[in-house]
Amino acid sequence: MPLLEVTGMGVDFGGLRALSDFEITIEEGELVGLIGPNGAGKTTAFNLLTGVYEPTEGEIKLQGISIGGKKPYYINNLGIARTFQNIRLFKGLSVIENVKTAFHASMSYGLISGIFRLPKFWREEKAIHDEALELLDVFGMADMADANAGNLPYGKQRQLEIARALATHPKLLLLDEPAAGMNPSETQLLMDTIQLIRERFKIAILLIEHDMKLVMGICQRMVVLDYGMVIATGRPEEIKNNPRVIEAYLGE
Amino acid sequence: MKLNIALILVLFGVLTLLMEIGILNNFHRGLLVLVCINVILAVSLNLSAGFLGQLVLGHAAFMAVGAYTSAILSSRLGISGLGGFVFVLLAGGFAAALAGIVIGVPALRLRGDYVAIVTLGFGLIVQSILLNLGITGGADGLLGIPRLANFNVAFFTMVIVVGMLVALVRSRHGRAMIAIREDEIAAEASGVPTTWYKILGFTIAAFFAGIAGGLFAHRMSVLVPETFSFVYSIELLVIVVLGGMGSFTGAVVAAVVLTLLPELLREFGDFRMLTYSVLLVAMMIFRPKGLMGSYEFSIMQIVSKIKKKG
Ligand SMILES: Nc1ncnc2c1ncn2[C@@H]1O[C@H](COP(=O)(O)OP(=O)(O)O)[C@@H](O)[C@H]1O
Ligand SMILES: [Mg+2]
Repeated sequence: MPLLEVTGMGVDFGGLRALSDFEITIEEGELVGLIGPNGAGKTTAFNLLTGVYEPTEGEIKLQGISIGGKKPYYINNLGIARTFQNIRLFKGLSVIENVKTAFHASMSYGLISGIFRLPKFWREEKAIHDEALELLDVFGMADMADANAGNLPYGKQRQLEIARALATHPKLLLLDEPAAGMNPSETQLLMDTIQLIRERFKIAILLIEHDMKLVMGICQRMVVLDYGMVIATGRPEEIKNNPRVIEAYLGE
Repeated sequence: MKLNIALILVLFGVLTLLMEIGILNNFHRGLLVLVCINVILAVSLNLSAGFLGQLVLGHAAFMAVGAYTSAILSSRLGISGLGGFVFVLLAGGFAAALAGIVIGVPALRLRGDYVAIVTLGFGLIVQSILLNLGITGGADGLLGIPRLANFNVAFFTMVIVVGMLVALVRSRHGRAMIAIREDEIAAEASGVPTTWYKILGFTIAAFFAGIAGGLFAHRMSVLVPETFSFVYSIELLVIVVLGGMGSFTGAVVAAVVLTLLPELLREFGDFRMLTYSVLLVAMMIFRPKGLMGSYEFSIMQIVSKIKKKG
Protein backbone atom coordinates (compact mmCIF):
# COMPACT_ATOMS: atom_id res chain seq x y z
CA MET A 1 0.00 0.00 0.00
CA PRO A 2 1.39 3.45 -0.84
CA LEU A 3 1.89 5.93 1.99
CA LEU A 4 -0.23 8.60 0.35
CA GLU A 5 -2.71 8.11 -2.44
CA VAL A 6 -4.64 11.05 -3.82
CA THR A 7 -7.18 10.72 -6.63
CA GLY A 8 -9.39 13.27 -8.36
CA MET A 9 -8.81 15.95 -5.73
CA GLY A 10 -10.14 19.40 -6.55
CA VAL A 11 -11.35 22.60 -4.95
CA ASP A 12 -13.42 25.62 -5.89
CA PHE A 13 -13.01 28.97 -4.22
CA GLY A 14 -16.36 30.56 -4.93
CA GLY A 15 -16.23 29.82 -8.64
CA LEU A 16 -12.46 29.97 -8.97
CA ARG A 17 -11.19 26.50 -9.80
CA ALA A 18 -7.87 26.50 -7.91
CA LEU A 19 -7.16 22.81 -8.34
CA SER A 20 -8.79 20.03 -10.32
CA ASP A 21 -8.29 16.32 -10.74
CA PHE A 22 -5.10 16.33 -8.72
CA GLU A 23 -3.42 12.96 -8.45
CA ILE A 24 -0.34 11.85 -6.59
CA THR A 25 0.99 8.65 -5.06
CA ILE A 26 3.87 8.67 -2.62
CA GLU A 27 5.64 5.57 -1.33
CA GLU A 28 7.23 5.37 2.08
CA GLY A 29 10.57 7.15 2.27
CA GLU A 30 10.20 8.72 -1.16
CA LEU A 31 11.25 12.28 -2.00
CA VAL A 32 8.85 13.81 -4.49
CA GLY A 33 8.93 17.29 -5.95
CA LEU A 34 5.81 19.33 -6.61
CA ILE A 35 6.65 22.08 -9.05
CA GLY A 36 4.85 24.61 -11.16
CA PRO A 37 4.75 28.34 -11.90
CA ASN A 38 3.45 30.82 -9.32
CA GLY A 39 -0.29 30.51 -8.78
CA ALA A 40 -0.40 26.98 -10.19
CA GLY A 41 -2.08 25.59 -7.08
CA LYS A 42 0.83 23.99 -5.21
CA THR A 43 0.11 25.57 -1.84
CA THR A 44 -3.58 24.87 -2.35
CA ALA A 45 -2.75 21.18 -2.77
CA PHE A 46 -0.89 21.29 0.57
CA ASN A 47 -3.81 23.03 2.22
CA LEU A 48 -6.15 20.29 1.03
CA LEU A 49 -3.80 17.50 2.10
CA THR A 50 -3.42 18.98 5.59
CA GLY A 51 -7.07 19.83 6.18
CA VAL A 52 -6.76 23.62 6.06
CA TYR A 53 -9.37 23.53 3.29
CA GLU A 54 -11.89 20.85 2.53
CA PRO A 55 -11.61 19.41 -0.98
CA THR A 56 -14.69 19.91 -3.14
CA GLU A 57 -14.14 16.45 -4.58
CA GLY A 58 -11.70 13.58 -4.66
CA GLU A 59 -10.14 11.19 -2.22
CA ILE A 60 -7.07 11.45 0.00
CA LYS A 61 -5.80 8.28 1.64
CA LEU A 62 -2.96 8.04 4.12
CA GLN A 63 -1.99 4.39 4.58
CA GLY A 64 -5.45 3.46 3.41
CA ILE A 65 -7.26 5.80 5.82
CA SER A 66 -9.40 8.45 4.19
CA ILE A 67 -8.41 11.90 5.53
CA GLY A 68 -10.10 14.31 3.09
CA GLY A 69 -11.82 17.15 4.96
CA LYS A 70 -10.59 16.01 8.38
CA LYS A 71 -9.26 18.52 10.93
CA PRO A 72 -5.63 19.61 10.51
CA TYR A 73 -4.54 18.43 13.97
CA TYR A 74 -6.06 15.00 13.29
CA ILE A 75 -4.28 14.68 9.97
CA ASN A 76 -1.07 15.74 11.68
CA ASN A 77 -1.57 13.12 14.40
CA LEU A 78 -1.99 10.50 11.67
CA GLY A 79 1.38 11.40 10.20
CA ILE A 80 1.43 14.40 7.84
CA ALA A 81 3.43 17.44 8.93
CA ARG A 82 4.07 20.61 6.99
CA THR A 83 5.80 23.94 6.81
CA PHE A 84 4.29 27.13 5.41
CA GLN A 85 5.30 29.24 2.46
CA ASN A 86 5.06 32.36 4.62
CA ILE A 87 6.79 31.11 7.75
CA ARG A 88 4.41 30.56 10.66
CA LEU A 89 6.44 30.24 13.83
CA PHE A 90 5.30 30.92 17.37
CA LYS A 91 7.29 34.14 17.18
CA GLY A 92 6.93 35.22 20.79
CA LEU A 93 8.24 31.91 22.14
CA SER A 94 11.72 30.56 22.47
CA VAL A 95 13.18 28.25 19.84
CA ILE A 96 12.87 25.19 22.06
CA GLU A 97 9.29 26.00 23.08
CA ASN A 98 8.38 26.09 19.39
CA VAL A 99 9.63 22.53 19.04
CA LYS A 100 8.18 21.33 22.35
CA THR A 101 4.71 22.51 21.35
CA ALA A 102 4.83 20.08 18.44
CA PHE A 103 5.48 17.16 20.80
CA HIS A 104 1.98 17.67 22.14
CA ALA A 105 0.53 14.51 20.69
CA SER A 106 3.52 12.37 21.67
CA MET A 107 2.85 13.13 25.31
CA SER A 108 0.00 11.64 27.24
CA TYR A 109 -0.01 13.09 30.76
CA GLY A 110 -3.35 14.61 31.70
CA LEU A 111 -4.47 17.94 33.08
CA ILE A 112 -4.24 16.72 36.67
CA SER A 113 -0.71 15.36 36.22
CA GLY A 114 0.25 18.69 34.70
CA ILE A 115 -1.27 20.94 37.34
CA PHE A 116 -0.13 18.87 40.31
CA ARG A 117 3.24 17.98 38.83
CA LEU A 118 2.82 14.22 39.18
CA PRO A 119 5.74 11.90 38.25
CA LYS A 120 4.37 11.31 34.75
CA PHE A 121 4.64 15.04 34.05
CA TRP A 122 8.33 15.17 34.97
CA ARG A 123 9.14 11.98 33.11
CA GLU A 124 7.55 13.08 29.84
CA GLU A 125 8.73 16.67 30.04
CA LYS A 126 12.31 15.52 30.59
CA ALA A 127 12.07 13.15 27.64
CA ILE A 128 10.79 15.76 25.21
CA HIS A 129 13.27 18.35 26.44
CA ASP A 130 16.08 16.00 25.46
CA GLU A 131 14.43 15.06 22.20
CA ALA A 132 13.85 18.72 21.33
CA LEU A 133 17.53 19.52 21.86
CA GLU A 134 18.53 16.55 19.74
CA LEU A 135 16.26 17.71 16.96
CA LEU A 136 17.63 21.26 17.12
CA ASP A 137 21.10 19.81 16.96
CA VAL A 138 20.32 18.28 13.57
CA PHE A 139 19.95 21.85 12.31
CA GLY A 140 22.89 23.13 14.35
CA MET A 141 20.52 25.17 16.47
CA ALA A 142 20.90 23.56 19.90
CA ASP A 143 22.85 26.55 21.17
CA MET A 144 19.99 28.87 20.18
CA ALA A 145 17.39 26.90 22.15
CA ASP A 146 16.51 29.82 24.41
CA ALA A 147 16.60 32.53 21.76
CA ASN A 148 13.34 34.16 20.74
CA ALA A 149 12.08 32.49 17.56
CA GLY A 150 10.99 35.81 16.06
CA ASN A 151 14.53 37.18 16.35
CA LEU A 152 16.19 34.40 14.36
CA PRO A 153 17.63 35.20 10.95
CA TYR A 154 15.35 34.23 8.09
CA GLY A 155 17.14 31.04 7.10
CA LYS A 156 17.13 29.78 10.67
CA GLN A 157 13.42 30.49 10.97
CA ARG A 158 12.79 28.23 7.99
CA GLN A 159 14.89 25.51 9.55
CA LEU A 160 13.15 25.85 12.90
CA GLU A 161 9.86 25.38 11.13
CA ILE A 162 11.14 22.13 9.66
CA ALA A 163 12.38 21.03 13.09
CA ARG A 164 8.98 21.79 14.57
CA ALA A 165 7.27 19.75 11.84
CA LEU A 166 9.63 16.83 12.48
CA ALA A 167 8.80 16.95 16.18
CA THR A 168 5.31 15.68 15.37
CA HIS A 169 6.92 12.42 14.17
CA PRO A 170 5.48 12.52 10.66
CA LYS A 171 5.55 9.78 8.07
CA LEU A 172 5.19 12.38 5.36
CA LEU A 173 6.67 15.87 5.50
CA LEU A 174 5.32 18.60 3.23
CA LEU A 175 7.72 21.47 2.61
CA ASP A 176 6.31 24.59 0.96
CA GLU A 177 9.10 26.46 -0.83
CA PRO A 178 11.63 25.98 1.97
CA ALA A 179 14.32 27.68 -0.11
CA ALA A 180 12.34 30.86 -0.75
CA GLY A 181 14.36 33.95 0.09
CA MET A 182 17.63 32.07 0.51
CA ASN A 183 20.84 32.74 -1.37
CA PRO A 184 22.35 29.95 -3.55
CA SER A 185 24.75 28.63 -0.91
CA GLU A 186 22.04 28.59 1.78
CA THR A 187 19.79 26.82 -0.70
CA GLN A 188 22.38 24.15 -1.41
CA LEU A 189 22.84 23.61 2.32
CA LEU A 190 19.11 23.28 2.74
CA MET A 191 18.80 20.71 -0.02
CA ASP A 192 21.53 18.68 1.71
CA THR A 193 19.65 18.95 5.00
CA ILE A 194 16.46 17.75 3.35
CA GLN A 195 18.27 14.67 2.03
CA LEU A 196 19.73 14.11 5.46
CA ILE A 197 16.48 14.28 7.39
CA ARG A 198 14.82 11.96 4.92
CA GLU A 199 17.44 9.31 5.57
CA ARG A 200 17.76 9.93 9.28
CA PHE A 201 14.06 10.04 10.12
CA LYS A 202 13.04 7.56 7.42
CA ILE A 203 10.20 9.73 6.18
CA ALA A 204 8.73 10.58 2.83
CA ILE A 205 8.96 14.21 1.71
CA LEU A 206 6.86 16.18 -0.73
CA LEU A 207 8.74 19.30 -1.67
CA ILE A 208 7.22 22.36 -3.32
CA GLU A 209 9.54 24.51 -5.31
CA HIS A 210 8.81 26.78 -8.18
CA ASP A 211 12.40 26.79 -9.39
CA MET A 212 12.51 23.51 -11.31
CA LYS A 213 16.31 23.19 -11.49
CA LEU A 214 16.63 23.29 -7.72
CA VAL A 215 14.75 20.08 -7.06
CA MET A 216 15.83 18.14 -10.15
CA GLY A 217 18.92 16.89 -8.36
CA ILE A 218 17.33 15.49 -5.26
CA CYS A 219 13.86 14.28 -6.18
CA GLN A 220 13.11 10.77 -7.33
CA ARG A 221 9.87 11.78 -8.93
CA MET A 222 8.19 15.03 -9.79
CA VAL A 223 4.66 16.26 -10.30
CA VAL A 224 4.16 19.40 -12.35
CA LEU A 225 1.17 21.68 -11.87
CA ASP A 226 -0.06 24.44 -14.13
CA TYR A 227 -3.33 26.34 -13.80
CA GLY A 228 -4.54 23.91 -11.14
CA MET A 229 -3.96 20.81 -13.27
CA VAL A 230 -1.31 18.13 -13.25
CA ILE A 231 0.45 18.46 -16.59
CA ALA A 232 3.22 15.92 -16.05
CA THR A 233 4.42 13.26 -13.65
CA GLY A 234 7.65 11.28 -13.78
CA ARG A 235 11.36 11.08 -13.15
CA PRO A 236 13.33 14.36 -13.35
CA GLU A 237 14.87 13.46 -16.74
CA GLU A 238 11.44 12.84 -18.20
CA ILE A 239 10.08 16.07 -16.78
CA LYS A 240 12.97 18.13 -18.07
CA ASN A 241 12.22 17.25 -21.68
CA ASN A 242 8.44 17.26 -21.48
CA PRO A 243 7.15 19.83 -24.01
CA ARG A 244 4.14 20.83 -21.85
CA VAL A 245 6.41 21.53 -18.91
CA ILE A 246 8.77 23.58 -21.01
CA GLU A 247 5.85 25.56 -22.36
CA ALA A 248 4.44 26.22 -18.89
CA TYR A 249 7.78 27.49 -17.66
CA LEU A 250 8.48 29.54 -20.79
CA GLY A 251 5.18 31.28 -20.33
CA GLU A 252 6.24 32.51 -16.93
CA MET B 1 9.18 25.98 44.74
CA LYS B 2 9.96 25.59 48.45
CA LEU B 3 11.25 29.15 48.47
CA ASN B 4 8.02 30.40 46.90
CA ILE B 5 5.93 28.63 49.53
CA ALA B 6 8.12 30.08 52.28
CA LEU B 7 7.72 33.54 50.79
CA ILE B 8 3.94 33.19 50.65
CA LEU B 9 3.79 32.00 54.27
CA VAL B 10 5.93 34.94 55.36
CA LEU B 11 3.60 37.34 53.56
CA PHE B 12 0.60 35.69 55.20
CA GLY B 13 2.30 35.82 58.60
CA VAL B 14 3.17 39.50 58.28
CA LEU B 15 -0.37 40.45 57.21
CA THR B 16 -1.89 38.41 60.04
CA LEU B 17 0.48 40.02 62.54
CA LEU B 18 -0.39 43.51 61.29
CA MET B 19 -4.05 42.66 61.80
CA GLU B 20 -3.47 41.26 65.26
CA ILE B 21 -1.64 44.33 66.53
CA GLY B 22 -4.20 46.61 64.96
CA ILE B 23 -2.12 48.38 62.31
CA LEU B 24 -4.53 46.92 59.76
CA ASN B 25 -8.12 47.48 60.92
CA ASN B 26 -11.34 45.81 59.86
CA PHE B 27 -11.69 48.07 56.87
CA HIS B 28 -8.23 47.07 55.66
CA ARG B 29 -9.03 43.44 56.29
CA GLY B 30 -12.12 43.66 54.09
CA LEU B 31 -10.09 45.43 51.45
CA LEU B 32 -7.51 42.65 51.47
CA VAL B 33 -10.23 40.06 50.90
CA LEU B 34 -11.34 42.11 47.92
CA VAL B 35 -7.76 42.22 46.68
CA CYS B 36 -7.57 38.41 46.85
CA ILE B 37 -10.83 38.12 44.93
CA ASN B 38 -9.66 40.50 42.22
CA VAL B 39 -6.36 38.67 41.95
CA ILE B 40 -8.25 35.42 41.30
CA LEU B 41 -10.38 37.18 38.69
CA ALA B 42 -7.37 38.77 37.03
CA VAL B 43 -5.26 35.61 36.79
CA SER B 44 -8.19 33.55 35.53
CA LEU B 45 -9.03 36.18 32.91
CA ASN B 46 -5.37 36.23 32.00
CA LEU B 47 -5.64 32.55 31.11
CA SER B 48 -8.40 33.15 28.56
CA ALA B 49 -7.41 36.64 27.40
CA GLY B 50 -3.64 36.68 27.90
CA PHE B 51 -2.48 33.14 27.30
CA LEU B 52 -5.22 31.88 25.01
CA GLY B 53 -5.56 35.24 23.31
CA GLN B 54 -9.36 35.46 23.32
CA LEU B 55 -11.06 38.81 23.80
CA VAL B 56 -13.34 38.00 26.75
CA LEU B 57 -15.72 40.87 27.58
CA GLY B 58 -17.89 39.08 30.13
CA HIS B 59 -15.63 37.76 32.87
CA ALA B 60 -17.73 39.42 35.57
CA ALA B 61 -20.74 37.45 34.33
CA PHE B 62 -18.99 34.15 35.09
CA MET B 63 -18.21 35.57 38.48
CA ALA B 64 -21.92 36.38 38.89
CA VAL B 65 -22.93 32.82 38.05
CA GLY B 66 -20.57 31.51 40.72
CA ALA B 67 -21.60 34.15 43.22
CA TYR B 68 -25.34 33.56 42.93
CA THR B 69 -25.05 29.77 42.71
CA SER B 70 -22.94 29.45 45.83
CA ALA B 71 -24.95 32.08 47.73
CA ILE B 72 -28.30 30.44 46.98
CA LEU B 73 -26.89 27.04 47.92
CA SER B 74 -25.41 28.16 51.20
CA SER B 75 -28.60 29.99 52.20
CA ARG B 76 -30.79 27.02 51.26
CA LEU B 77 -28.54 24.41 52.81
CA GLY B 78 -27.77 26.46 55.92
CA ILE B 79 -24.03 26.22 55.39
CA SER B 80 -21.88 27.54 58.23
CA GLY B 81 -18.61 25.56 58.45
CA LEU B 82 -15.48 25.64 56.28
CA GLY B 83 -16.22 22.25 54.69
CA GLY B 84 -19.64 23.38 53.54
CA PHE B 85 -18.22 26.66 52.33
CA VAL B 86 -15.62 24.89 50.19
CA PHE B 87 -18.43 22.76 48.78
CA VAL B 88 -20.58 25.74 47.74
CA LEU B 89 -17.53 27.55 46.34
CA LEU B 90 -16.79 24.55 44.13
CA ALA B 91 -20.44 24.33 43.15
CA GLY B 92 -20.30 27.99 42.10
CA GLY B 93 -17.13 27.27 40.13
CA PHE B 94 -18.73 24.36 38.32
CA ALA B 95 -21.85 26.37 37.52
CA ALA B 96 -19.67 29.08 35.97
CA ALA B 97 -17.65 26.45 34.10
CA LEU B 98 -20.87 25.00 32.72
CA ALA B 99 -21.89 28.46 31.52
CA GLY B 100 -18.41 28.69 30.00
CA ILE B 101 -18.93 25.50 28.04
CA VAL B 102 -22.40 26.47 26.90
CA ILE B 103 -21.29 29.78 25.40
CA GLY B 104 -17.70 28.73 24.63
CA VAL B 105 -18.52 25.79 22.39
CA PRO B 106 -20.40 27.76 19.74
CA ALA B 107 -18.21 30.89 20.03
CA LEU B 108 -14.80 29.23 20.02
CA ARG B 109 -15.38 26.83 17.18
CA LEU B 110 -15.24 29.81 14.89
CA ARG B 111 -12.06 31.73 14.35
CA GLY B 112 -12.17 35.48 14.76
CA ASP B 113 -13.84 37.96 17.05
CA TYR B 114 -17.00 36.03 17.85
CA VAL B 115 -15.78 35.53 21.40
CA ALA B 116 -15.91 39.27 22.12
CA ILE B 117 -19.46 39.57 20.82
CA VAL B 118 -20.72 36.39 22.47
CA THR B 119 -19.17 37.13 25.88
CA LEU B 120 -20.49 40.67 25.71
CA GLY B 121 -23.97 39.34 25.00
CA PHE B 122 -23.61 36.72 27.69
CA GLY B 123 -22.84 39.44 30.26
CA LEU B 124 -25.99 41.34 29.35
CA ILE B 125 -28.13 38.20 29.41
CA VAL B 126 -26.83 37.14 32.82
CA GLN B 127 -27.61 40.58 34.24
CA SER B 128 -31.13 40.59 32.91
CA ILE B 129 -31.76 37.04 34.18
CA LEU B 130 -30.52 38.03 37.63
CA LEU B 131 -32.80 41.08 37.59
CA ASN B 132 -35.87 39.09 36.63
CA LEU B 133 -35.57 35.79 38.41
CA GLY B 134 -37.36 35.25 41.75
CA ILE B 135 -34.69 33.07 43.27
CA THR B 136 -31.98 35.71 42.79
CA GLY B 137 -33.99 38.42 44.54
CA GLY B 138 -34.26 40.53 41.38
CA ALA B 139 -33.25 44.17 41.63
CA ASP B 140 -33.59 44.12 45.42
CA GLY B 141 -30.71 41.73 45.54
CA LEU B 142 -29.94 38.54 47.39
CA LEU B 143 -29.65 39.21 51.12
CA GLY B 144 -28.48 37.43 54.23
CA ILE B 145 -25.67 35.38 52.69
CA PRO B 146 -23.51 33.99 55.53
CA ARG B 147 -20.22 35.88 55.88
CA LEU B 148 -17.91 32.94 55.51
CA ALA B 149 -15.16 34.44 53.38
CA ASN B 150 -12.63 35.71 55.88
CA PHE B 151 -9.11 36.80 55.05
CA ASN B 152 -7.58 33.36 55.65
CA VAL B 153 -9.92 31.57 53.27
CA ALA B 154 -9.59 34.25 50.59
CA PHE B 155 -5.82 34.37 50.86
CA PHE B 156 -5.27 30.63 50.56
CA THR B 157 -7.84 30.22 47.82
CA MET B 158 -5.97 32.90 45.91
CA VAL B 159 -2.63 31.17 46.47
CA ILE B 160 -4.01 27.82 45.32
CA VAL B 161 -5.63 29.31 42.20
CA VAL B 162 -2.50 31.23 41.18
CA GLY B 163 -0.37 28.14 41.83
CA MET B 164 -2.61 25.91 39.74
CA LEU B 165 -2.76 28.34 36.84
CA VAL B 166 1.01 28.88 36.81
CA ALA B 167 1.50 25.10 36.77
CA LEU B 168 -1.10 24.75 34.04
CA VAL B 169 0.50 27.18 31.61
CA ARG B 170 3.85 25.47 32.11
CA SER B 171 2.54 22.08 31.07
CA ARG B 172 1.84 20.65 27.61
CA HIS B 173 -1.72 21.91 27.97
CA GLY B 174 -0.60 25.46 28.65
CA ARG B 175 1.90 25.25 25.83
CA ALA B 176 -0.94 24.28 23.50
CA MET B 177 -2.97 27.31 24.65
CA ILE B 178 -0.07 29.73 24.19
CA ALA B 179 0.59 28.28 20.73
CA ILE B 180 -3.01 29.11 19.81
CA ARG B 181 -2.45 32.73 20.77
CA GLU B 182 0.79 32.84 18.80
CA ASP B 183 -0.56 31.27 15.62
CA GLU B 184 -3.70 29.18 15.56
CA ILE B 185 -3.10 27.65 12.14
CA ALA B 186 0.46 26.65 13.00
CA ALA B 187 -0.70 25.22 16.34
CA GLU B 188 -3.28 23.07 14.62
CA ALA B 189 -0.74 21.98 12.00
CA SER B 190 1.59 20.98 14.85
CA GLY B 191 -0.97 18.50 16.12
CA VAL B 192 -2.74 20.66 18.71
CA PRO B 193 -6.54 20.26 18.76
CA THR B 194 -7.08 24.00 18.96
CA THR B 195 -10.85 24.05 19.36
CA TRP B 196 -10.64 21.68 22.31
CA TYR B 197 -7.94 23.75 24.01
CA LYS B 198 -9.76 27.01 23.45
CA ILE B 199 -12.84 25.57 25.10
CA LEU B 200 -10.77 24.03 27.89
CA GLY B 201 -8.89 27.24 28.72
CA PHE B 202 -12.02 29.33 28.47
CA THR B 203 -13.89 26.92 30.77
CA ILE B 204 -11.11 26.80 33.36
CA ALA B 205 -11.03 30.60 33.39
CA ALA B 206 -14.80 30.66 33.92
CA PHE B 207 -14.49 28.09 36.71
CA PHE B 208 -12.08 30.24 38.71
CA ALA B 209 -14.14 33.35 38.07
CA GLY B 210 -17.02 31.41 39.62
CA ILE B 211 -14.89 30.60 42.66
CA ALA B 212 -14.03 34.29 43.00
CA GLY B 213 -17.74 35.07 42.77
CA GLY B 214 -18.45 32.66 45.62
CA LEU B 215 -15.86 34.36 47.80
CA PHE B 216 -17.30 37.74 46.90
CA ALA B 217 -20.86 36.69 47.79
CA HIS B 218 -19.79 35.33 51.16
CA ARG B 219 -17.77 38.42 51.87
CA MET B 220 -20.41 41.02 50.98
CA SER B 221 -23.38 39.04 52.30
CA VAL B 222 -25.50 40.93 49.75
CA LEU B 223 -25.56 40.50 45.98
CA VAL B 224 -27.08 42.90 43.48
CA PRO B 225 -26.99 42.36 39.70
CA GLU B 226 -25.45 45.77 38.94
CA THR B 227 -22.18 44.71 40.55
CA PHE B 228 -21.49 42.30 37.71
CA SER B 229 -21.90 44.81 34.95
CA PHE B 230 -20.00 45.27 31.71
CA VAL B 231 -17.94 47.94 33.48
CA TYR B 232 -16.56 45.38 35.93
CA SER B 233 -15.66 43.04 33.07
CA ILE B 234 -13.80 45.89 31.41
CA GLU B 235 -12.03 46.85 34.64
CA LEU B 236 -10.78 43.26 34.89
CA LEU B 237 -9.60 43.35 31.30
CA VAL B 238 -7.80 46.61 32.06
CA ILE B 239 -6.02 44.90 34.94
CA VAL B 240 -4.87 42.09 32.66
CA VAL B 241 -3.76 44.43 29.90
CA LEU B 242 -1.95 46.70 32.34
CA GLY B 243 -0.22 43.78 34.00
CA GLY B 244 0.84 42.29 30.70
CA MET B 245 -1.14 39.77 28.67
CA GLY B 246 0.42 36.45 29.46
CA SER B 247 2.12 37.35 32.74
CA PHE B 248 0.56 36.12 35.98
CA THR B 249 2.99 38.26 37.93
CA GLY B 250 1.74 41.30 36.09
CA ALA B 251 -1.89 40.35 36.63
CA VAL B 252 -1.33 39.92 40.37
CA VAL B 253 0.53 43.23 40.72
CA ALA B 254 -2.01 45.11 38.62
CA ALA B 255 -4.93 43.57 40.51
CA VAL B 256 -3.45 44.55 43.86
CA VAL B 257 -2.62 48.09 42.78
CA LEU B 258 -5.86 48.77 40.94
CA THR B 259 -7.95 47.43 43.82
CA LEU B 260 -6.13 49.44 46.46
CA LEU B 261 -5.58 52.64 44.47
CA PRO B 262 -9.19 53.79 44.18
CA GLU B 263 -9.83 52.95 47.83
CA LEU B 264 -6.76 54.78 49.02
CA LEU B 265 -7.56 57.77 46.80
CA ARG B 266 -11.20 58.02 47.76
CA GLU B 267 -11.39 61.74 47.15
CA PHE B 268 -10.96 61.07 43.45
CA GLY B 269 -14.36 59.36 43.57
CA ASP B 270 -15.91 59.88 40.18
CA PHE B 271 -12.56 60.32 38.57
CA ARG B 272 -11.84 56.63 38.97
CA MET B 273 -12.77 55.71 35.44
CA LEU B 274 -10.88 58.74 34.19
CA THR B 275 -7.76 57.69 36.09
CA TYR B 276 -8.17 54.22 34.62
CA SER B 277 -8.38 55.56 31.10
CA VAL B 278 -5.42 57.86 31.56
CA LEU B 279 -3.40 55.02 33.06
CA LEU B 280 -4.34 52.79 30.18
CA VAL B 281 -3.39 55.32 27.55
CA ALA B 282 -0.11 56.04 29.32
CA MET B 283 0.66 52.33 29.46
CA MET B 284 -0.11 51.88 25.79
CA ILE B 285 2.38 54.61 25.01
CA PHE B 286 5.17 53.72 27.43
CA ARG B 287 4.77 49.98 27.99
CA PRO B 288 2.64 48.60 25.17
CA LYS B 289 3.21 45.04 26.36
CA GLY B 290 1.97 45.83 29.86
CA LEU B 291 3.82 46.28 33.10
CA MET B 292 5.52 42.90 32.91
CA GLY B 293 5.15 41.88 29.26
CA SER B 294 5.29 38.12 29.59
CA TYR B 295 7.90 38.24 32.35
CA GLU B 296 7.27 36.08 35.41
CA PHE B 297 8.71 36.85 38.82
CA SER B 298 10.85 34.00 40.07
CA ILE B 299 12.69 34.15 43.34
CA MET B 300 14.99 31.35 42.15
CA GLN B 301 16.09 33.36 39.13
CA ILE B 302 16.86 36.34 41.30
CA VAL B 303 18.82 34.21 43.76
CA SER B 304 20.88 32.66 40.97
CA LYS B 305 21.54 36.08 39.45
CA ILE B 306 22.81 37.39 42.75
CA LYS B 307 24.98 34.30 43.17
CA LYS B 308 26.50 34.81 39.74
CA LYS B 309 27.41 38.39 40.55
CA GLY B 310 28.85 37.51 43.96
N1 LIG C 1 -8.37 30.80 0.11
C1 LIG C 1 -8.41 31.12 -1.20
N2 LIG C 1 -9.46 31.81 -1.70
C2 LIG C 1 -9.50 32.14 -2.99
N3 LIG C 1 -8.54 31.84 -3.88
C3 LIG C 1 -7.46 31.17 -3.46
C4 LIG C 1 -7.33 30.80 -2.08
N4 LIG C 1 -6.14 30.13 -1.94
C5 LIG C 1 -5.57 30.12 -3.15
N5 LIG C 1 -6.34 30.74 -4.07
C6 LIG C 1 -6.05 30.89 -5.51
O1 LIG C 1 -5.69 29.63 -6.01
C7 LIG C 1 -4.67 29.76 -6.98
C8 LIG C 1 -3.50 28.90 -6.61
O2 LIG C 1 -2.80 29.48 -5.52
P1 LIG C 1 -1.61 28.77 -4.77
O3 LIG C 1 -2.01 27.38 -4.44
O4 LIG C 1 -1.21 29.63 -3.64
O5 LIG C 1 -0.47 28.75 -5.88
P2 LIG C 1 1.05 28.36 -5.76
O6 LIG C 1 1.34 27.88 -4.37
O7 LIG C 1 1.24 27.28 -6.78
O8 LIG C 1 1.84 29.57 -6.12
C9 LIG C 1 -4.34 31.24 -7.07
O9 LIG C 1 -5.04 31.78 -8.16
C10 LIG C 1 -4.86 31.78 -5.78
O10 LIG C 1 -5.23 33.13 -5.90
MG1 LIG D 1 2.55 28.68 -2.97
